[in-house]
Amino acid sequence: MKMTQQEALFTYCLRRGDDNLILSHRLSEWCGHGPQLEEDIALTNRALDLIGQARNYLQYAGEVEGKGRSEDDLAYMRKERDFVNVKLVELHNGDYAFTMARNFLYDAWHLPLQQALMKSADAQLAAIAGKAVKEITYQLKTSADWMIRFGDGTEESHRRAQTALDALWTCTGELFATDEVEAILQKAGIVPAMAPIKAAFDTKVDAVLAEATLKRPADGFMMSGGREGKHTEHLGFLLAEMQYLQRAYPGATW
Amino acid sequence: MSENPNNWPLWEIFIQSKRGLDHKHVGSLHAADAQMAIENARDVYTRRQEGQSIWVVPAVAISASQPDDAAMLFDPADDKTYRHPTFYQMPEGAKFI
Repeated sequence: MKMTQQEALFTYCLRRGDDNLILSHRLSEWCGHGPQLEEDIALTNRALDLIGQARNYLQYAGEVEGKGRSEDDLAYMRKERDFVNVKLVELHNGDYAFTMARNFLYDAWHLPLQQALMKSADAQLAAIAGKAVKEITYQLKTSADWMIRFGDGTEESHRRAQTALDALWTCTGELFATDEVEAILQKAGIVPAMAPIKAAFDTKVDAVLAEATLKRPADGFMMSGGREGKHTEHLGFLLAEMQYLQRAYPGATW
Repeated sequence: MSENPNNWPLWEIFIQSKRGLDHKHVGSLHAADAQMAIENARDVYTRRQEGQSIWVVPAVAISASQPDDAAMLFDPADDKTYRHPTFYQMPEGAKFI
């Protein structure tokens, strides 16, 4: 059976929503544990920005699906295999360099993608992107600053940043992978082609890593599977914590 | 945290709430340099639309009067009411002086 445009749009919104939601949850784990009070607040702000973006997408996904599922149903009542985020966002936070390197790679992909989505033929997707772009512009600026601080900092900070980049690099391929979902939506002018976004990502990453005196890892084996719901072992534990309240007390409010 | 020798230096933060108004001192925070101080100030002090411009100043660059000197510095002004412009006749019809 061929996928309809409506089904493709639903899945696309879930992917955008899940990426933001899962990264937001990981960043929220830093709350109270940041290396400085100020960094703690900055990361929590970033987590809140991402959850705002996730809500917009999941709300719209529910609307497109038309089965009466709310953003909360989609966030809290789906199982691991139903989540379609990239593996990049579900990995453990690691040290601060790992967290910041992940933010940087995510932001360097996220900004050009959202900028392109502002021109979507789907008015709702264009509006969501328009609202998010200012936040993401700032996020990319701060995560790029941190890459430069770590890379061009002390021997120890350089080593940690390079280790993080090397470990994360195999997860970047998934950001640019496309399948039937994108193909259907690209044809309708709803989502952008990936090649220009990859080019913008490469330009930004190369420029920042050069200034940070860090080495760009070679493109070798790339992880995949997240978009089909095949995740690392870390996602289940994350969901167990994130969904606990709604699972234990369905419909709880306060 | 202040005993930690690796701690970042302290910065005093000034926020301008509206164009044309003064930058007002709102508090302080830690940052490795001026750029980071501005970014941290954005997250700590402008989360609720408090500002449209940020100044950051290294706390060590501020010289302050000593609390012990307060009596010597400020008390002499107590009995010099003639320094207040309260002895002038208000021109008729003037609303704002």
